[in-house]
Amino acid sequence: MTDKTDRAENEIDSGRRDFIGVAAGMTAAVVAPGVLLHTVAAAPRSEPVTSDVRWGLLVDTAKCADGCSACVEACNDENGLNLQTPPEGEPDRKWDAQKAVWIRKVKLQDNQTGRVTNLPMMCQHCEHPPCVDVCPTGASFKRADGIVMVDRHLCIGCRYCMMACPYKARSFIHQDTTDQLTSVPRGKGCVESCNLCVHRRDYGEASTACVDACAAEGHHAIVFGDLKDPNSAINQKLKEIPSRQIREDLQLNTGVRYSGV
Amino acid sequence: MAKVLMRASLVAVSLVWVLAAQTVLAAEVKRYVVEGSRAAELDSCVEPTERMRRMHFEFIKHQRISTVHEGIRGTKYSLAGCVECHISYEEQQPQPIDRPDQFCGACHAYAAVDLNCFDCHASVPNGGGLDAEAQAAHRAAGVEKLVQSGRNGEGH
Repeated sequence: MTDKTDRAENEIDSGRRDFIGVAAGMTAAVVAPGVLLHTVAAAPRSEPVTSDVRWGLLVDTAKCADGCSACVEACNDENGLNLQTPPEGEPDRKWDAQKAVWIRKVKLQDNQTGRVTNLPMMCQHCEHPPCVDVCPTGASFKRADGIVMVDRHLCIGCRYCMMACPYKARSFIHQDTTDQLTSVPRGKGCVESCNLCVHRRDYGEASTACVDACAAEGHHAIVFGDLKDPNSAINQKLKEIPSRQIREDLQLNTGVRYSGV
Repeated sequence: MAKVLMRASLVAVSLVWVLAAQTVLAAEVKRYVVEGSRAAELDSCVEPTERMRRMHFEFIKHQRISTVHEGIRGTKYSLAGCVECHISYEEQQPQPIDRPDQFCGACHAYAAVDLNCFDCHASVPNGGGLDAEAQAAHRAAGVEKLVQSGRNGEGH
């Protein structure tokens, strides 16, 4: 009798289990596309940025290859910098010194040991940015999420910020521009610099153009992420390998860190 | 009977006049929306036409601060949105919107107001950066936002 009841109960249980299995499967099938859609179609930002996050980069110079300029090209492509043309009759050398660049590849050599280090140099997104201190109009500013950028509506092109920046990170646009990208408005008479692909940030994308390009080349020398999130990839890496800020003597607390320099 | 007929015809005549006067009024207001643009197929912009004519710069002036400084991209007022919707195509080539025969350029030329948005901003939709899928998703989200939004443009 008891056996029978047990079997009956088992039968009921297995039936119930089957039903729950099917139901869970159905739920997953119904919910999953929604979840996927949500992650793919990150809506444009509708709330103001907050200081709960601070965006930053970590460059592992050991992985940064000599002669590779994938990050620079990706940056130029992303921000429409490759649409610049030299003024007529301008010699190449002058143009190379004058055109706007947001990332420079820098090669360092220790003359005593002969050790060569390559690194990309861009706006360091300081916590205490000197460019913001000197700006007379408030055009140079730090966004709540740590991105240092220029409000071109307010920039009068005085270039004080270019003088103040210890990293030579800023460029000035000397001539009329055409064919700008919708996501990156830029024009004559304004200063500009790396803004950590701010349009990508506002559309909730995961990384920057330079990081993607570096990964596509197989170097993985740059990591992008939130410096305030202890679990972010960049913080895990910072915990793991020694890194430093360039010109840390200035106590600017940069958002871009380098290892191996 | 004659009196009734007389009255009826008077009413009819006055009705015709009223209607005719309205048509003339409507014809007098110039229309700058370029045929063939997406905007030409819509009844009104993100606000009623009259309001847009007077206030469009107020809208985008406030919006630009929230976008540049606060990173808000999902507002219904957006210069990129203006360009996207009002752009017209000739032989599948988008025509720069600030040109004197295009939507922004034509009205600004008529009103003698300098238009320098497009010194920096793209005068044709010029995607670049984001891939097509993401752009489509954002557009879908943007429209959704526009429908849900109860904001009248003065609250921010």
